[in-house]
Amino acid sequence: MSRPKNQNYKGHGLSKGKEREQRASIRFKTTLVNTLTDVLRNRPGWVEVKDEGEWDFYWCDVSWLRENFDHTYMDDHVRISHFRNHYELTRKNYMVKNLKRFRRQLEREAGKLEAAKCDFFPKTFEMPCEYHLFVEEFRKHPGITWIMKPVARSQGKGIFLFRRLKDVMDWRKDTRNSDDQKEELPVENYVAQRYVENPYLIGGRKFDLRVYVLVMSYLPLRAWLYRDGFARFSNTRFTLSSIDDQYVHLTNVAVQKTSPDYHPKKGCKWMLQRFRQYLASKHGPQAVEALFSDMDNIFIKSLQSVQKVIISDKHCFELYGYDILIDQDLKPWLLEVNASPSLTASSQEDYELKTCLVEDTLHVVDMEARLTGKEKRIGGFDLMWNDGPVSREEGAPDLPGTGNFMTNTHLGMQGRLHQ
Amino acid sequence: MRKAQGSWEKRILKSLNSMCTELSIPLARKRPVGQQKELLNKWNEMGTDEPDLSLFRPVYAPKDFLEVLINLRNPNYENGDSLSFRTHLGLIQVPLKVKDIPELKECFVELGLNTGQLGIDDSTQVPPELFESEHVRIGQKVLAEQDSAAAQQYIRQGSPTALRAELWALILNISSQPEDILYYEQLKTNVIQHDLLVDSLIYKDVKLTASNDDYYFVFEDYLYQVLLCFSRDTSVLAHFAYNSASPPKSYIRGKLGLEEYAVFYPPNGVIPFHGFSMYVAPLCFLYHEPYKLYQTFREMYVRFFFRLHSISSHPSGIVSLCLLFETLLQTYLPQLFYHLREIGAQPLRISFKWMVRAFSGYLATDQLLLLWDRILGYNSLEILAVLAAAVFAFRAVNLMEVTSLASAEAVLADLSTLKVMPLLQIFLFATVT
Repeated sequence: MSRPKNQNYKGHGLSKGKEREQRASIRFKTTLVNTLTDVLRNRPGWVEVKDEGEWDFYWCDVSWLRENFDHTYMDDHVRISHFRNHYELTRKNYMVKNLKRFRRQLEREAGKLEAAKCDFFPKTFEMPCEYHLFVEEFRKHPGITWIMKPVARSQGKGIFLFRRLKDVMDWRKDTRNSDDQKEELPVENYVAQRYVENPYLIGGRKFDLRVYVLVMSYLPLRAWLYRDGFARFSNTRFTLSSIDDQYVHLTNVAVQKTSPDYHPKKGCKWMLQRFRQYLASKHGPQAVEALFSDMDNIFIKSLQSVQKVIISDKHCFELYGYDILIDQDLKPWLLEVNASPSLTASSQEDYELKTCLVEDTLHVVDMEARLTGKEKRIGGFDLMWNDGPVSREEGAPDLPGTGNFMTNTHLGMQGRLHQ
Repeated sequence: MRKAQGSWEKRILKSLNSMCTELSIPLARKRPVGQQKELLNKWNEMGTDEPDLSLFRPVYAPKDFLEVLINLRNPNYENGDSLSFRTHLGLIQVPLKVKDIPELKECFVELGLNTGQLGIDDSTQVPPELFESEHVRIGQKVLAEQDSAAAQQYIRQGSPTALRAELWALILNISSQPEDILYYEQLKTNVIQHDLLVDSLIYKDVKLTASNDDYYFVFEDYLYQVLLCFSRDTSVLAHFAYNSASPPKSYIRGKLGLEEYAVFYPPNGVIPFHGFSMYVAPLCFLYHEPYKLYQTFREMYVRFFFRLHSISSHPSGIVSLCLLFETLLQTYLPQLFYHLREIGAQPLRISFKWMVRAFSGYLATDQLLLLWDRILGYNSLEILAVLAAAVFAFRAVNLMEVTSLASAEAVLADLSTLKVMPLLQIFLFATVT
């Protein structure tokens, strides 16, 4: 059954402008290993470049970017895997700042209700500059648990939980002392965040979700959501009585790997599909739909909050790893956004997931210039935002508020079409 | 049959007793009070315990059981020496009556091509108005009426995910009366107070199977809670009235042979084998209160699962299932069957473990639950044999090319991507017979 083509449908920018030349082979460069190199080396027509050769595609790490991006000339067709100032989204303190600003803007423009949609981030204060605001909030809610996180570290390093101001004061003294002794130690920024005390538990264990979002450009905002992802479980049973026990509270695989209970065979991950089915059997499909649509909201709003701040270079794309925590009321909370989500695999299943993820990312980036630009689904990626919401239905106008609008996201649903 | 079951039981007991003597662990002992308190505190996280289980071995594994079944012979049956097209070429040599495809089609009529199914007609490509929405509505009505017989009929077409837990409870007649909750608590107290050798076997089994499973590891603690209580549940003894097996007996120390001092060991009469915990694992998806989970498992066991590891002539017994599987394969896929037999890969050697576990741990959980829906709906385990045959039919092309048992095993190693309902439908209703 054919439908009339909607003239207002926007392609996702890849086939606009002058004719893109087909390249005989694409020279790529990368320093990271495991799934990434496997996929890149096996891609037909892609040749690895070593050392100082010229490249068309670079899956780089952020340190290289920081040092070299500003003085590297790139032809039009060249692509690189990060945005210059991605840290506006991925460093916890900047993200909070941008989100708070965006929220205020929304409130001014669209009212309190719309602004409340940004309340997916637990109350956070930047240290040390917002220390006094933090103390005010702390005093308003005595007895709750807070979590202190370094802004720029990953894999759970440097994080601790506390309930008393005394713990914070002690810690401040410690870090100040050590700063005096070793001047080389860079001053670190921290954020203090309200700890979600009622996380959703499965089998008595806490978990968080890792979801992948691919952003092809910020101006206009074009973002894809990957259908697969996983839930990462902590190995030990959740209890608030032992906030010193890192293994109970932190679900990063990096932390869990050092836990005495860790058995590599277990992997402690559930694919999102399995997680979605489990929730559906417990709470029914509507509750699950609502939860996943709240998560869509997190992705979009967080990206919108940095849209005007991030330098939207056409050469750049970025694959983000979002960490989401679900609480017992089935409300999703944003923990953080990672610019370099781990692409090393912890198990066979994980390897398959990440290989497909990288492959599909390359399909979307489309160095080979094969796409029409009208696709809403490429491999496991669904076009979630194309300078506006994207409808699930084929060929239908992408206008929300027209009755049956369903966003084009299928997180945790049937995976890739081709296996 | 009874004789075979009797001698099999003797063997199991011997194995258990010898392990007991070897390790100098009593079959049962009362726990000291300190230990009792500890266990009570840890009740919800027994999985964190790491007792030394290296010396324990599972009492038996499915393949040991298969060897016993293969050697079953009916002394009264004269097969005749000449081979004919009627000769059964499989491993099971007991002439039980099994259904053929036309009979199965009649029996499983609701799985036919013209009837809507969950597992097929609820896929994303099919608009829900065609079948799924209406089916869900009927399901809700059945639950509202609390009609157990209607539920059983309804579930033949599969159960919607959100209604499954209640529907199964309705079909299995599980109530949530205070007495039931109390009974479970009583069992829990028994566990705390007494330590059984069987407990270590259960621990070992859970650690070896469910804890290593990519999906069920999360439910480890629930498995201990259910299985430890299960082994102390004497109400399970009632099912031996219709089970050809008999519960093993043990004698209080020093009173061997004196019937007044005989007790059933374990108290529920069921000795767990390797993979036993996988019967419980999928249920953790549905039930979250321990007593509900426990009751469901117990009912499923005394109605269905016990037949999978005792020798009987019942049509849902494991012997019949094996024979049904082999007959289906030999009759409808003769080339494949003959080929596999020639290369020393008797199909039953591969499919036996699937059937003994009712496919738990081999299929993806959502598919497994759809399969178990039909077990409940048809009150029979025959569907396990049909599915096993359907899997072979599905992978027949690859299987025809293998040249050894190991490669045949490899082709059939991973069933996690299979969709059971289309396979069953095609095998029963869309294959030329």
